[in-house]
Amino acid sequence: MMHPMRKKRLQLICLGILGIGIALALILTAFEKNLMYFYSPSEIHAGDAPAKRPFRIGGMVVEGSVVRQAESLGVWFNLTDTANEQMVYFEGILPDLFREGQGIVAKGQMNKSGLFVASEVLAKHDENYMPPEVAEALENVQHNSKVD
Amino acid sequence: MFRFFYHYSSLRNFYFFSAKLTPFLIAVFLAFLIYSLYGALISAPADYQQGDSFRIIYVHVPSAWMSLLVYMAMGLSAVSVLVWRVKLAEITLGAIAPIGATFTLAALITGSIWGKPMWGTWWEWDARLTSELVLLFLYLGVIALLKAIDDRRTGARSASILCLIGIINIPIVHYSVEWWNTLHQGPTVSKFDSPSIHIDMLIPLLTMTVAFMLYFAIISLYRIRSAILVYDKETQWVKDLIKRNERGQI
Repeated sequence: MMHPMRKKRLQLICLGILGIGIALALILTAFEKNLMYFYSPSEIHAGDAPAKRPFRIGGMVVEGSVVRQAESLGVWFNLTDTANEQMVYFEGILPDLFREGQGIVAKGQMNKSGLFVASEVLAKHDENYMPPEVAEALENVQHNSKVD
Repeated sequence: MFRFFYHYSSLRNFYFFSAKLTPFLIAVFLAFLIYSLYGALISAPADYQQGDSFRIIYVHVPSAWMSLLVYMAMGLSAVSVLVWRVKLAEITLGAIAPIGATFTLAALITGSIWGKPMWGTWWEWDARLTSELVLLFLYLGVIALLKAIDDRRTGARSASILCLIGIINIPIVHYSVEWWNTLHQGPTVSKFDSPSIHIDMLIPLLTMTVAFMLYFAIISLYRIRSAILVYDKETQWVKDLIKRNERGQI
């Protein structure tokens, strides 16, 4: 049997943590949008992204969509979340991990013609870690199943 | 059961028991550390995307896990302080807080070093990075409260309350990458289907984590034992210990 005084203290602690937990859950739900680090192309198409101020967009670089401007650092590419695509323009040095099929996050603003003009591009690496041979083998399997 | 806890939560018994435990822990720790270092630096293959740079995972991830684990250990101590007024828990709280803060700092710094070449930035205010920074401030808050209040027992109680308020942050750190869009990628090891890391890379990561845990145990025991001596300095057993030490019997 627990001492009544101690039992009361334990109950008080549990109640306190529960109360703070609920309060915080409500706050986080209310600020959900502001806590989103980036918007997906689908959210931009749905009109959820801010039109007049800078924000971040995240997605995968569409295979074969990267077009480099001759004699400058300008580059166009499409970002996809597999449902929708968004065209991005960026002028500057891309991170090492930037490549087609790679997840990236770009910061910038929409212009009038619906092009996302980025001022900064960050690479977002995935949670997979494997030796190159395994990655190659996986790619071959995927490729073969597509051919079939 | 209760007698067991009473026996080992007495400061004197804990002091002598942990002294016997420490050499054994050090031996196991060294074995795990050497094996993990070999695994991490030599036997694990390079990553398909990140090459050899991914090896920083063997410091970053165990540090980050420890930052959460030590906080949970602090949370347990805090409950023991508030409900049962266990002296050993008061000492433990103060002894492990700086260790946890150091692990958190290590996770933040190694993450930053990793982020620069891979993501292209040292720091971004995404949910994972920000909540881990909040964790560091919680540790610093607990340490500051313990130091600021002169009466040791009152200080331990105040710090325990802060610690338990902050425990809400632990699930936020862990689930931040799933609840929100973040620059930090999702979980690799702790998910329900199989971990998305090659087995040869995973094993050194897990053994390194065990090495970090043992390191934490060893350092905490040292800190707790020296705090016990200070706490009990007016008691006969500590005075006897000091006398024996002066005569060179220890």
